[in-house]
Amino acid sequence: MPLRFFSKLQSIKQIQMESEILTSEIKTSAPDFSKIRENFPTLHQTVKGRQLVYLDSAATTHKPVQVIEKIDHYYRLQNSNIHRGVHYLSQLATEEYENARIKVKNFINASSEKEIVFVKGTTEGVNLVASSYGNRFINEGDEIIITHMEHHSNIVPWQLLCERKGAVLRVIPINDRGELIMEEYKKLLNEKTKMVAVVHASNTLGTENPVKEIIEEAHKYNVPVLIDGAQAVQHFEVDVRALDADFYTFSGHKLYGPTGIGVLYGKKELLEKMPPYQGGGDMISYVSFERTTYNELPYKFEAGTPHIAGGIGLGYAIDYVKGVGLQAIKQHEAALLDYANKKLLGIPGLTPIGTAEKKSSVFSFVLENIHPHDIGTILDVEGVAVRTGHLCTQPLMRRFDVPAVARASFGMYNNTDDIDALAEAILKVFKVFG
Amino acid sequence: MNSELNELYQQVILDHNKNPRNFRKIEEPTHHSEGLNPLCGDHLHIYLIIENERVADIAFQGNGCAISKSSASIMTEVLKGKPVKEAEEKFKEFHDLITGHITDEDQIEAMGKLAVFKGISEFPVRVKCASLAWHTMNAAVHQKDTVSTE
Ligand SMILES: Cc1ncc(COP(=O)(O)O)c(C=O)c1O
Repeated sequence: MPLRFFSKLQSIKQIQMESEILTSEIKTSAPDFSKIRENFPTLHQTVKGRQLVYLDSAATTHKPVQVIEKIDHYYRLQNSNIHRGVHYLSQLATEEYENARIKVKNFINASSEKEIVFVKGTTEGVNLVASSYGNRFINEGDEIIITHMEHHSNIVPWQLLCERKGAVLRVIPINDRGELIMEEYKKLLNEKTKMVAVVHASNTLGTENPVKEIIEEAHKYNVPVLIDGAQAVQHFEVDVRALDADFYTFSGHKLYGPTGIGVLYGKKELLEKMPPYQGGGDMISYVSFERTTYNELPYKFEAGTPHIAGGIGLGYAIDYVKGVGLQAIKQHEAALLDYANKKLLGIPGLTPIGTAEKKSSVFSFVLENIHPHDIGTILDVEGVAVRTGHLCTQPLMRRFDVPAVARASFGMYNNTDDIDALAEAILKVFKVFG
Repeated sequence: MNSELNELYQQVILDHNKNPRNFRKIEEPTHHSEGLNPLCGDHLHIYLIIENERVADIAFQGNGCAISKSSASIMTEVLKGKPVKEAEEKFKEFHDLITGHITDEDQIEAMGKLAVFKGISEFPVRVKCASLAWHTMNAAVHQKDTVSTE
């Protein structure tokens, strides 16, 4: 990206045009995923003398140059605080940041950018709702329903709320394939239920949950539903209005964007009746020592200087993902998962964890008599990066009676060579352990 | 095969992983502690009977990777019958070994069975695995119920 100085304020239109050009450049034909891999500089390095094989995209994805350059560009040429200055740079930064909000809105098909709250990530999205909505509307004896496959970040905020309020946490059980038992869910719903919080796709099992149906059932009791989309938006199209989700949250860094930025979508009528989450600058409209009135949505929930470069970077990450096309990404990753199943399930001594019928591109496994931590170390020496441990889902570890798992997860830049390398490295593990 | 891996997963370590020694519960220990490494899910109990300032018996139970399990196993062998004071000295020496602070070959050799863990220093993320049993033993001796290496 050449350095460029702006003689006049770069308009939103111009920014949009640029991103459309980028989009159409990629879109001209079916995406060539080997070319796409070229866009991710981190992948092109050797680790311990071997070409890196990165199979940990569920933890975080790498970032394409298109995103890295925009962040670089922001800090070089646009850096300024937003919503606070009449000067040129401040206006420019504000426009870029607010334009990113519009991109997010379109990406998940929200009705209005007022429904898009920027947060640090999924974890903060859940905490915001548990604190703000929970403190105001959930009381002693009320019930909150989650599932057995939640990430700790969609368990602990609700537990804390339960402790504060004397509310009760209920858990939807799963079957041995790692799918929700929907009949049990329906039995858990009742007049006392005040919130349902469910992961869209499990980071450990890959299971894609029937969130539309879950939401429909909850709405019969007028119960709002929060969807943890941390492992969803990067893999398939999400339409919050088609789902009729009340809250939907995800992280930028798993969507090929920067860390430290994420999104909480909330229906306007819910966000409006919720009290602020944190107090500070930007979230107020009038402050005196007697009384403060709060800013309008979404700023009511955005106290303090936000991660401006992060928001802008996320906007460009969304452009990038849309440019490749979520349909194409979904197909590509489904083919990878298929290939992984064929290649890995035949290995004697390997047991997959999570075999749902509807499954995103996550392959968790254990090896007979070999602890996942040892697997991780040996794979690492082979240049293969996987995640090992409880994956922030300790209740799932107990459900499947394993101390930990090893997980390979795929992004749009992975290919079958990566899976071949994984298979070979797994054979190496068996060799070391004799 | 990669030489670092060979150093890490020596036959002795693999053998103790498969057939851990003193792998049992002591019903009435004088000292006991539970060790946790939440990052990888390692979880073990160390039981001791300390009589006259000596480790009269020591055993462990639990679940963990090959490194933590073999380390616990070898530790129990090394410490049985030793004065408590020596156990603490050995802990320090062991820690220095796995963090790469002891490099002198003769000194490493003099550590006997514990020397097989010298390869850990090439794998900093595994130091916690190797030291979990020792931390837990140390906590038990000092009458702490649980330790976490996080
Ligand atoms: C399903 C799920 N929910 C929530 C989170 C938390 O995301 P973050 O750490 O970005 O807040 C993750 C990430 O690990 C996840 O996979």
